[in-house]
Amino acid sequence: MTQRKILVLFAHPQFSRSVANARIAREARDLDGVTFIDLYAAYPRFEIDVDLEQERLKAHDLILFQHPLYWYSTPSIMKEWQDLVLEYGFAYGADGHALDGKYFLNAITTGGAEQAFTRRGYQHFHIRELLTPLEQTATLCRMHYLPPYVLYAAGHAVEENRLEPHAEGYRRLLIALRDNRLNIEAAMKVKTLNGHLDELIEGAY
Amino acid sequence: MEFLQPAFVFLTAAVLAVPIAKRLGLGSVLGYLIAGVIIGPVLGIVGAESEDIKHFAEFGVVMMLFLVGLELQPSMLWRMRAQLVGLGGMQVAVTALLLAGGGMALGVGWRISLATGIILSLSSTAIVLQTLNEKGLMKTPGGKSSFSVLLCQDIAVIPMIALLPLLAVADATGTDDGHGAHHSLLEGLPGYLQALIIVGVIAAIIVGGHYLLRPAFRFIASSRLREIFTAAALLLVIAIALAMNLVGLSPALGTFLAGVVLSSSEYRHELESDIDPFKGLLLGLFFITVGAGIDFNLLFGKPAIIFGLTFGVMAVKFIILAVLGKMFKLSGGDYWLFALGLAQAGEFGFVLLGFARTSAVMPAEPAALLSLVVALSMLLTPALFILHEKVIAPRMAGTGDREADVIDETGSIVIAGIGRFGQIINRILTTNGFKSVVLDHDSDLIEMIRKVGYKTYYGDATRPDLLHAAGIGEAKLFIAALDDRERQTQVVHHVAREYPDCRIIARAFDRHHVYELQNAGAHEVVRELFESSLDAGRRALVSLGMHPYHAERKAQAFRKHDFKTLAALKAAWDEAGADHKYLDQTRDHARELERVMSVEAEQHHDTTSRGWTPPPKGDALV
Ligand SMILES: Cc1cc2nc3c(=O)[nH]c(=O)nc-3n(C[C@H](O)[C@H](O)[C@H](O)COP(=O)(O)O)c2cc1C
Repeated sequence: MTQRKILVLFAHPQFSRSVANARIAREARDLDGVTFIDLYAAYPRFEIDVDLEQERLKAHDLILFQHPLYWYSTPSIMKEWQDLVLEYGFAYGADGHALDGKYFLNAITTGGAEQAFTRRGYQHFHIRELLTPLEQTATLCRMHYLPPYVLYAAGHAVEENRLEPHAEGYRRLLIALRDNRLNIEAAMKVKTLNGHLDELIEGAY
Repeated sequence: MEFLQPAFVFLTAAVLAVPIAKRLGLGSVLGYLIAGVIIGPVLGIVGAESEDIKHFAEFGVVMMLFLVGLELQPSMLWRMRAQLVGLGGMQVAVTALLLAGGGMALGVGWRISLATGIILSLSSTAIVLQTLNEKGLMKTPGGKSSFSVLLCQDIAVIPMIALLPLLAVADATGTDDGHGAHHSLLEGLPGYLQALIIVGVIAAIIVGGHYLLRPAFRFIASSRLREIFTAAALLLVIAIALAMNLVGLSPALGTFLAGVVLSSSEYRHELESDIDPFKGLLLGLFFITVGAGIDFNLLFGKPAIIFGLTFGVMAVKFIILAVLGKMFKLSGGDYWLFALGLAQAGEFGFVLLGFARTSAVMPAEPAALLSLVVALSMLLTPALFILHEKVIAPRMAGTGDREADVIDETGSIVIAGIGRFGQIINRILTTNGFKSVVLDHDSDLIEMIRKVGYKTYYGDATRPDLLHAAGIGEAKLFIAALDDRERQTQVVHHVAREYPDCRIIARAFDRHHVYELQNAGAHEVVRELFESSLDAGRRALVSLGMHPYHAERKAQAFRKHDFKTLAALKAAWDEAGADHKYLDQTRDHARELERVMSVEAEQHHDTTSRGWTPPPKGDALV
């Protein structure tokens, strides 16, 4: 099979102060076969070009939202993007088939630590539960929702030496997705992709 | 009309030799010297009369120091103090002393040795700065250190001119040296009175420069007569030189001080570009006379001695620079650039030599010999720069990831026009920590803006020399914000052509002006009234009862359509201006806009005004 074309939509409203996302984004920026769009840079006034965005969606096989978790959701421009671009008749509805069969994936960073995202933790819900709105959005648009790739407790990732491995993992993930070397069937069974890359990527390197 | 003939000879020599020398990478100073050599020793067209011309031309040095002063804001001097005093001061002092010691070891008397050391401690500001600029090395650590040393040397010339006569063998008599130390009005007065008057004159220059000159220049500038401003600038320099002569001080010191005082005034760049051609010509003339005076018999008579001395001097200078470079933590290519680049003697050496001759410090023969040494060392300099560029720098080039370019903090932005448009731009830039140089030709406006605390300079921004003085050569960004349509296009055209690396943002008056500016080379063009009119239109819609966010979306749709139209019509306009084809297309676009804006458009999912449209009731999926 040919390569998958990946569209990374990136949102961070304060890029100059970002530690985690800025580092992780570097891996996607100039990767072959990956189109990287910084939404806040493209639309500093939130005037999203719906036609252009829809054309981009059509031209790619996998849509990836990369962003920090803001109030259990995306930064606001990404919500604006969803509200405007995922139109009836384009993305969903009887005649909306533009996104059929594509893949959708979140690559997020959170403030809370992994153990906080449990029933008894202070975030009370697992990250997959909190991301259900995005999962269902993808499903309604007839896309395949892949488990998210999460960096927990992003604020401590540098001193705990987790940021570099996470960023490198992101690169491996993107390359594997592009080259069709990620075992999709097995991937659908895990809760998050992080921690499972070695077993999911075929043809180790 | 007897001056016509020598003027013809000198100008012809300069016009022919200087451009060729520059082409060959030798720089203009060497070009003038070579021109002088050709009309003097080689062709014998000029002879002894060039000595008189030389004295006249020495006034160029006084002007040069005025310009050096203009470049030196006190705040900048203060920031550079460690480098200036430490690096520069040590270079001058150690070189002068070591060379003097060398002279004495060779059996020369201590006075002449010391004078020689002082004279040869200087490097060539003209050659080195020009080369560093041409090669884009000014902002490197090596370039900055070189600049500090050269600046320190230029300032040190003033005390040197004052001190050299003290080395005279007998008490100096007779000869007029063009610096006039011997026609002092104060001669008969008691010491304390002399001192008082001298202090008074210096104070008058500083205080007068600060409080009197600026209003005076403002008055002159408001006449809008370019040549009168130039005349006033010349008058200032000459008047100060005269006053200094009267009290027996160095005119160079006086004009230098006046320059420093005026360096923070709004007329700095205008003065600079007015005086600069005079200085350039006079110094050029001076170098030609030096070239004409070069004694070839001497060179061919004692080649071993002269070349030996030249290499010896350059080696000593190089070693001292190398040691200082290490002490001041230069490394790699910067270190070599610094040590090799400054190893020659400089044009001020000629001036001081002439001065040492006339004040009876140095006899004719060693002076002629040293002239040759200075000239030869300058001739060798381009070779050293080439050695650095081709051999040393490539080996020193560091590896490592290159980070994104950060805009330099100083003067990387030139703004032409500080009216209502330029002011906002300047404020947003400066409050974000960027430094700008602002030019405007309305002296009242400048006065007002200066009061608010922004650095602004008087001058016509369409003049290439003024733009150059304002630093357009190093600027990353040029903002054209003039309030005159034609001149605006003209200045954009000039900057785009001469400085292709500089990004240009330009203010346009209307749509057609947008095209004109784009064709002139502007990278971004902003219509001065478009955004504000659009905003007023949006407010009008809100006043009429439209929901504010709806009105905002309407304004956005209008803007989007308008920009699309603007781009689409350019081809037709470029072809034939506002002819009927262009007008037809304009009408088509106007009709399209009506459709975009209409109420029905929203209800029918029109492509330009859609957004947040809910799914229809009948869809099974929803
Ligand atoms: C407005 C806002 C909302 C946030 N909401 C959450 C949240 O709901 N859950 C969470 O774990 N972290 C939350 N955070 C923390 C961010 O996720 C965290 O700062 C980010 O992932 C760090 O990535 P960066 O270095 O790229 O900025 C929030 C931060 C901001 C500024």
